[in-house]
Amino acid sequence: MIPVPYRVRSRRPDRADTVTLTLDPVEGAAPPFLPGQFTMLYAPGVGEIPISISGHARAGGYVQTVRAVGAVSRALCRTRRGEIIGVRGPFGTHWDLGLAHGLDVVVAAGGLGLAPLRPVVRHLAAHGSRFGRITLLVGSRTPSTVIYPRELARWARDFDVLVTVDHPDRAWRGPTGLITKLVGRAVFDPARTYAFVCGPEIMMRATASLLADRGVRPGRIALSLERNMKCGIGRCGHCQLGPLFTCADGPVVTYDMAAPLLEVRQL
Amino acid sequence: MDVVLASLEPLIRALREGGHTVVGPTVRDGVIRFAELSSAADLPAGWRDEQEPGRYRLHASSGPAEVFGFAASPDSVKRYTHPPRSSLFRWIEDTAVETPVEAPRLALLGVRACDLAAIAVQDRVFLGGRHPDEAYRARREALFLIAVTCSTPGGTCFCASMGSGPRATTGFDVALTELADGFLAEPGTARGRDLLAALPHRPATEDDREAAERIESTAAARMGRRVDLDGIRERLVEQRESPLWDEIASRCLMCASCTMVCPTCFCVTTEDADDERFERWDSCFTLGFTELGGEPVRSSGGARYRQWLTHKFSTWVDQFGTYGCVGCGRCVTWCPAGIDLTEELRAVTEEAGTRDVTTQGTEASATVSTALERLR
Ligand SMILES: Cc1cc2nc3c(=O)[nH]c(=O)nc-3n(C[C@H](O)[C@H](O)[C@H](O)COP(=O)(O)OP(=O)(O)OC[C@H]3O[C@@H](n4cnc5c(N)ncnc54)[C@H](O)[C@@H]3O)c2cc1C
Ligand code: SF4
Ligand code: SF4
Repeated sequence: MIPVPYRVRSRRPDRADTVTLTLDPVEGAAPPFLPGQFTMLYAPGVGEIPISISGHARAGGYVQTVRAVGAVSRALCRTRRGEIIGVRGPFGTHWDLGLAHGLDVVVAAGGLGLAPLRPVVRHLAAHGSRFGRITLLVGSRTPSTVIYPRELARWARDFDVLVTVDHPDRAWRGPTGLITKLVGRAVFDPARTYAFVCGPEIMMRATASLLADRGVRPGRIALSLERNMKCGIGRCGHCQLGPLFTCADGPVVTYDMAAPLLEVRQL
Repeated sequence: MDVVLASLEPLIRALREGGHTVVGPTVRDGVIRFAELSSAADLPAGWRDEQEPGRYRLHASSGPAEVFGFAASPDSVKRYTHPPRSSLFRWIEDTAVETPVEAPRLALLGVRACDLAAIAVQDRVFLGGRHPDEAYRARREALFLIAVTCSTPGGTCFCASMGSGPRATTGFDVALTELADGFLAEPGTARGRDLLAALPHRPATEDDREAAERIESTAAARMGRRVDLDGIRERLVEQRESPLWDEIASRCLMCASCTMVCPTCFCVTTEDADDERFERWDSCFTLGFTELGGEPVRSSGGARYRQWLTHKFSTWVDQFGTYGCVGCGRCVTWCPAGIDLTEELRAVTEEAGTRDVTTQGTEASATVSTALERLR
């Protein structure tokens, strides 16, 4: 429960309320992470929250994208270059890219759900030949809340990237409406497909059930669950979902395991 | 070897001289509370308790002045192994300075079998996983445990159903059973044996052992409550959508007392005061516990009561290989609404809907509420 000091090497405001921080340990090396894992970021004197790791920094630290929604995330977004914050982790289960080798891949990200999926997408972009047809689906509230817009443009050169928004502005030419609409437009062979899905729970349930309806095996649909977490190591009890401690047995779980739990109201 | 001690005075003195702070039951404001003992005279000889759902009364007995003639008190060993609030670290000059763990050498005298079972559950929770809690380990290892057999179970006890009592079989340094003319004392560890050997005693006889067994079996037959564990784990999962959860919640005050007095409940939250970070007990009955995106996941009381009961008797087994309940009855006694978990378990796991779901009174007992205030 004791955070390690990390220095904010760079701070890049992505959008109005979102900031991407690059964090390096003040001493030594950052422990290795797997795509989908998260850290507990401590804003000194304010509090500590779970934030996904969105990538490796060149010197071996972490890239993490934070949306300012409350006291702690706001404090983290306000930190400046050179400042020190606390980090614990990485924690949790990961997106298992090995299981998708040789299969078509669908990545579906709702809103900030792209943050934990970014290492997956970067891996797909770098090692496309190991996979079948790759599709990235992104849903966002408005065009201006789409995170990593420049990378999305680059990834679009390597595979299908479809972005939809709930509320288009005048300049928007792309699809509008829920991300589930994009599932129908994605090209993949359901019997030979692995899916990585992350976003608000309602979006994940809808997307996963649609993918399953189209014939993707529930055991090949991976989701990242979000629950209130105070410790990240299965101790505080807050993140329980039935038998699962979401922080340690998750956040990444497969749909066959999650579906019966997510179906229960307020579990 | 088991021996008979005529008095507990030499035992307390030896432990104190050995550097332990001796803590045991005392009478405080009409309730049995754990506090430091300076002599055997501090023990509540002659006091009896009366425990029923939402009701706790202590009175002087007219019979023989039994020293341990009462059942579980609101304090459990959890206070010492997993304190209500503890400092984790201070953030000073860009670094976390870990708060040294306070692990005083406590000798706990008069620990009940259910509480020893609760320590065994806590050991799995805090030490069994990938991230063992070293503060818990330090505090727990500093304890010297002197168990006592329950002769007079309370009206809310059901340790016999849970297989955790009324007599301790493991997990103690010394176990006592109160006889008519002294205390049968059995060592559970080498240091327990050494301690007993150094005290004035007489060897135990077959009569003493038989008397202790009689006390145990009489107590087991006098449990105020029972639960039927057969298939309970599966049945609770099947009943997740039962309407009874909301019915129970209509009586529940969501006060969280049950989780505070429970010797196995482990949930915590964090608290930041300037540069210092604390961990303190939390409860699944609070709304903020599951807050996410501005909304609690378990916004209904029914979902919160379901979480508590299902965790105790079902998902705890998935997580830790044991029930999260040891049958101490504290949550039943100290519930201001008098909600009896043994009763609710029966209702929920038997055919849902066979019970008359009229709302019972939620009259809070003043004694219970004020005692709970002091517990916090
Ligand atoms: C495994 C995991 C990974 C996560 N990864 C990221 C990430 O990469 N980037 C990121 O920005 N966030 C991420 N989150 C969510 C993040 O942890 C929460 O936004 C954060 O805990 C909010 O804390 P706070 O103190 O800032 O707000 P709080 O003070 O706790 O909440 C204040 C208000 O913020 C709003 N709020 C709280 N939580 C959320 C939420 N999850 N979504 C929307 N609004 C909320 C509510 O209106 C709430 O009332 C992740 C969560 C989990 C469990
Ligand atoms: S659930 Fe109730 S009876 Fe069971 S151990 Fe906890 S307080 Fe005691
Ligand atoms: S003690 Fe009783 S009223 Fe309070 S939260 Fe527990 S069940 Fe509800």
